[in-house]
Amino acid sequence: MKKKFVVVVFMVLLMSSCLMCGCNKADENSITVFNYGMYMDPEVLKIFEEETGIKVKYEEAPTPEELYTKYKSGAVKYDVLCTSEYMLQRLINEGELQEVDFSTLKNRDNIGDEYFDMCKSFDPDNKYVMPYFWGTVGILYDKEKVHGDVDTWDVLFNGEYAGEFIMQNSMRDAYMVALKQLGYSINTTNEAELREAQELLIDQKPDVQSYLVDEVKDELVAGNATLGVVYSGEGYYAGEEREGLVYCIPREGTNLWIDCFGVTKDCKNVDNAMKFLDYLCREDCAKINFDYVKYASPYLSVIETMTDKEKASSAINPSKEIINNCEIYVQLPQETTDLLNALWKELKAE
Amino acid sequence: MERLKNFISKAYIFIILLFLYAPIAVLIVSSFNDSKSRVVWGGFTLRWYRGVFESDQIMDALFTTMIISLSASLIATVLGVMAAIGISAMKKRSYKAVMAVNNIPMVNADIVIGISLMLWFIKFMPLGFMSVLLAHITFDVPYVILSVMPKLQQMNVSVYEAARDLGANAVYAFFKVVLPQLYGGILSGFFLAFTISMDDFVVTYFTKGAGVDTLSTLIYGELKKGIKPEMYALSTIIFALVLIVLIVVNIYSGKEERAVIDH
Repeated sequence: MKKKFVVVVFMVLLMSSCLMCGCNKADENSITVFNYGMYMDPEVLKIFEEETGIKVKYEEAPTPEELYTKYKSGAVKYDVLCTSEYMLQRLINEGELQEVDFSTLKNRDNIGDEYFDMCKSFDPDNKYVMPYFWGTVGILYDKEKVHGDVDTWDVLFNGEYAGEFIMQNSMRDAYMVALKQLGYSINTTNEAELREAQELLIDQKPDVQSYLVDEVKDELVAGNATLGVVYSGEGYYAGEEREGLVYCIPREGTNLWIDCFGVTKDCKNVDNAMKFLDYLCREDCAKINFDYVKYASPYLSVIETMTDKEKASSAINPSKEIINNCEIYVQLPQETTDLLNALWKELKAE
Repeated sequence: MERLKNFISKAYIFIILLFLYAPIAVLIVSSFNDSKSRVVWGGFTLRWYRGVFESDQIMDALFTTMIISLSASLIATVLGVMAAIGISAMKKRSYKAVMAVNNIPMVNADIVIGISLMLWFIKFMPLGFMSVLLAHITFDVPYVILSVMPKLQQMNVSVYEAARDLGANAVYAFFKVVLPQLYGGILSGFFLAFTISMDDFVVTYFTKGAGVDTLSTLIYGELKKGIKPEMYALSTIIFALVLIVLIVVNIYSGKEERAVIDH
């Protein structure tokens, strides 16, 4: 009696697990997309599924590092993924992305050529990645509290706003500010230049109210600081949350970042992947995504149809001249990274 | 002196409760804030609550969370009760050994369980809903065993033997005599497993496949661009529901106790 019962339970369990596995098997007509959180309107995916009949399995990660780790673990086979330029560079170097011909996309012409040019620093022949959103790092300031114009990094170094500004608490962004102020490249490997930047930052440190990352915007919205170094996306949101907060890109130039989509080497159904990428560039889809994310867009149709307010924001629509002074981070050689790490530790310990 | 002592003990309780509930109070207030900012009060609104029910993403994640926690805790309860009965019938030495092994998953770091389950699953099946469910059942079972075991120890075996003597067969005696005595332990094991499943982030994160999101993994994915206020609203709803359930359970069990005393 007892034995029979056990055998029956076992068989039921086995059968149900086989059935469940069956449902779980990747159906032929699907595509697995890996992206940052809240970086695509869910509506867009729905429309794509309805139009093409291709099922989208959508997965999100909060940071490039985590996206990379999860991708590398191989637990899930992703077809297309979107991440930031330095992580894409790493993936390309490791042979994780496959070459594709973006000229076959029907909506290829909706992407401005200058944005493909931006990617050339890590994808010289434009055969791996397709621009999705981009932006800069700049100064967010409180219009009512500043005296005079803010259009230069110098306001953070001349002592005018001592104790009233917030710096980025991330190594490369902090040194980027100092290097640009000195007129050097943000990707410099020259030790003398880095040491000069270090001196500048050490001199600046007593004036810095605090070093923060994500909280910079909140502090400014709350009115606790006058100026802060922020990413352009947050710069725009801050203006939405409280009028009088303005984002500007200093005239010396800054770091330019770009998030792109690439097709992974594991992708079996490249046709579906290309259909998806093509769809992302289509006017209506690009518009929905832009309204959802509100970052600077590389899609021409979006740029043309922006509202006046969006056009006026240098977070979403930076002027071309300023962009010419900007650079994309490239992966530094190990010895420069080590030096930067040592300098950063020294700076924070001061 | 007595009054001072009284004052200190009250103040102490107050401070403890303040630390426990102040963050939740902030969350509840934020859920009614008509501004996306966390630091500015933009007036009272209910639009985040409407947003919760209008967002397919959130509703899907809520549904997945509920399905996974409910079915995982149910299955784990069945498995756990059967295991507990088996273990309690063991000889002293093997009983101790098995209970020690049972404790390991509970004290083990979540991340170790998560990664090892992920590696294990990759070998046999695609990661997806099923792998998350299996993972949840796995870490739920020890909690059920642990909460059922004391009841089994207190139980008088003679009652079961008496039932058999009086002609009940094993299955009948089990359901009529043994199970009712374990009822309290089973229920608390089930609820414990349910809350742990619902809470879990780390193990789910490692064992889930693309397209499967529970509330915790959905919220985590949003961290880069800031959590949507809809999540504050949803958390407030969940908090309120749990509070109501707790109050009802307390009133009910209070009545029952009084009824026992009256008799």
